[in-house]
Amino acid sequence: MAFIKRNANGSRRSPFAAVLVIAAGLALTGGGYAATTAAVASTQPVSAAASAAQTEEGRKLFLANCASCHGKAAEGSTVAPSLIGVGAASVDFQVGTGRMPGQSSGPQLEKKPVQFTEEQTAALAAYVASLAPGPATPTEAMVATNGDSTRGGELFRINCAMCHNAVGAGGALTQGKFAPALKGVTEKHIYEAMVTGPQNMPVFNDANLTPQDKKDIITYLKFVESNPSAGGYELANLGPVVEGLFTWIFILGFIIAITIWLGAKSN
Amino acid sequence: MSDKKSLASTSAHEEEHDYASGLAVVAADAVTNPGMEPHRERMTDKSVKHEKTAARQVAAFFIASILGSIYSIYAYFAFPLTEELGTVRNNTLFLGLGITLGLLGIGIGAVHWAKTLMPDAEVSEARHQTRGTEEVRARAIEIIKLAENESGFTRRKLIRRSLYGALALFPLPAIFFFGDMNPNKDPQELLRHTLWKKGTRLTKDPNGLPIKATDVTIGSVFHVIPEGLTELHHGKLEEKAKAAVLLVRLDPADLKESAERKSWSYDGIVAYSKICTHVGCPVALYEQHTHHLLCPCHQSTFDVTDECKVVFGPASRPLPQLPITVDAEGYLVAQSDFTEPVGPSFWER
Repeated sequence: MAFIKRNANGSRRSPFAAVLVIAAGLALTGGGYAATTAAVASTQPVSAAASAAQTEEGRKLFLANCASCHGKAAEGSTVAPSLIGVGAASVDFQVGTGRMPGQSSGPQLEKKPVQFTEEQTAALAAYVASLAPGPATPTEAMVATNGDSTRGGELFRINCAMCHNAVGAGGALTQGKFAPALKGVTEKHIYEAMVTGPQNMPVFNDANLTPQDKKDIITYLKFVESNPSAGGYELANLGPVVEGLFTWIFILGFIIAITIWLGAKSN
Repeated sequence: MSDKKSLASTSAHEEEHDYASGLAVVAADAVTNPGMEPHRERMTDKSVKHEKTAARQVAAFFIASILGSIYSIYAYFAFPLTEELGTVRNNTLFLGLGITLGLLGIGIGAVHWAKTLMPDAEVSEARHQTRGTEEVRARAIEIIKLAENESGFTRRKLIRRSLYGALALFPLPAIFFFGDMNPNKDPQELLRHTLWKKGTRLTKDPNGLPIKATDVTIGSVFHVIPEGLTELHHGKLEEKAKAAVLLVRLDPADLKESAERKSWSYDGIVAYSKICTHVGCPVALYEQHTHHLLCPCHQSTFDVTDECKVVFGPASRPLPQLPITVDAEGYLVAQSDFTEPVGPSFWER
């Protein structure tokens, strides 16, 4: 009969909430100075045309961190693909989610703590984009979540849900590969994944899903993420397997316990 | 123990009649009646204090039930359904918990009452004779004969035979009704043909916009429906279920095409039926690097580079390929319908 009471926002109140609030407050005040100085340092507008200095900085970072697998001129090798023409979007996704630089070989490269700062990632992206034209990183307006979530939901179910699950909970592929869950993935990274098709994900170019389609899909995903499931506890949204297991273990266990109690003699 | 006993009792029998051992051994009474277990007094029988506690417990369950029922009414008003979708969650949860307590309280209380306070001495009651007395049986036969005589069922041949005829023909109309449920005169026609025909443009699902060959970059996947499907008024879903296609572009060097299918693809662009040949789930999990198509239902895996042959799983046939080409304006079009029936195998394929 244990259930978690929810407050007006529908979020769980953890006993650690107070600690977190204090920690967040400290980080905000303490980090405020550093943040403002950093913001001043990077006030130049983030435009598609990267400065020569940024590209040069990116080239240095590339040679130091990426060239051992991707080759000195990003031409690729037997262990890594060529990066010529993959565009800034691909670099921003791979490096920005921590998938690159790759740590070990396996069925697929997984998300891990990000290794580069935002400026370094931007520099790497600018360098790779300078090699050959490719998809650019989306602007903030392109990934704003003010699209049509109903339309986005339909497009998501047609194009994405077979791998990523109808609400983006992720799912299994062949031989250890999997489509990751989309909860908590930033709007920009979702957009970049669609444009570039990282690893085994297919590419959804602008002729297939127009920028408006992509925006609607992102809107849908963020809508699902921010709204509690109407049907009760999600059980990880993994569908009949988890629900069946829950029923078999807990509901059937409860029924068996009741049956034993019914049949037992009173002491 | 009882086994040994039955063997011992039959062995004398066997010697006498020279039966083959081990066959049709009939034990006289393999299991002896253990009789009734001795009655054991419960705590509530022995002590007044326990009896009172049990009585209070039963009442507590019934009171819990009352509270549960009242709470469910309170919950109905306290957690109303509003425009916000999330409200249905608390509404059903707390309403359900109240009703559960209301019903379960009565049930548990009643069982607890019976187990602890009502007499628990076991009694046995012999079964009644099932056969009626001779008198009753004779009377029953008399009634049947009288009814037969009065209705004249045997005597009036015309009535009897016409009734047989009526009963025999009465189910016939159903055959025609069920015949009408067949959507097509020939069900095979229905399974062999889809909306695709020569020159039908490949269009995007769901908006029905045509696809240019240049739009399909390497590694792209398009979910395709035939041109005109969105304008259908009847049977749109039925047609979509047969005609859905997955369009993929690979490096032409990766494709292993047989001679007769060389012309079915266009510069590395191939189109395959999206309907699994196992039980008809949509096969759409495409892995860009391995070029495998995975069916989410039973993990059948198809190799897109090798004419979608089955590389894993329960499917028994490759996915049917849709022959495609481009028209004068550069849009992808079908060369013909599928050359074989799509979807799960059926009786005559």
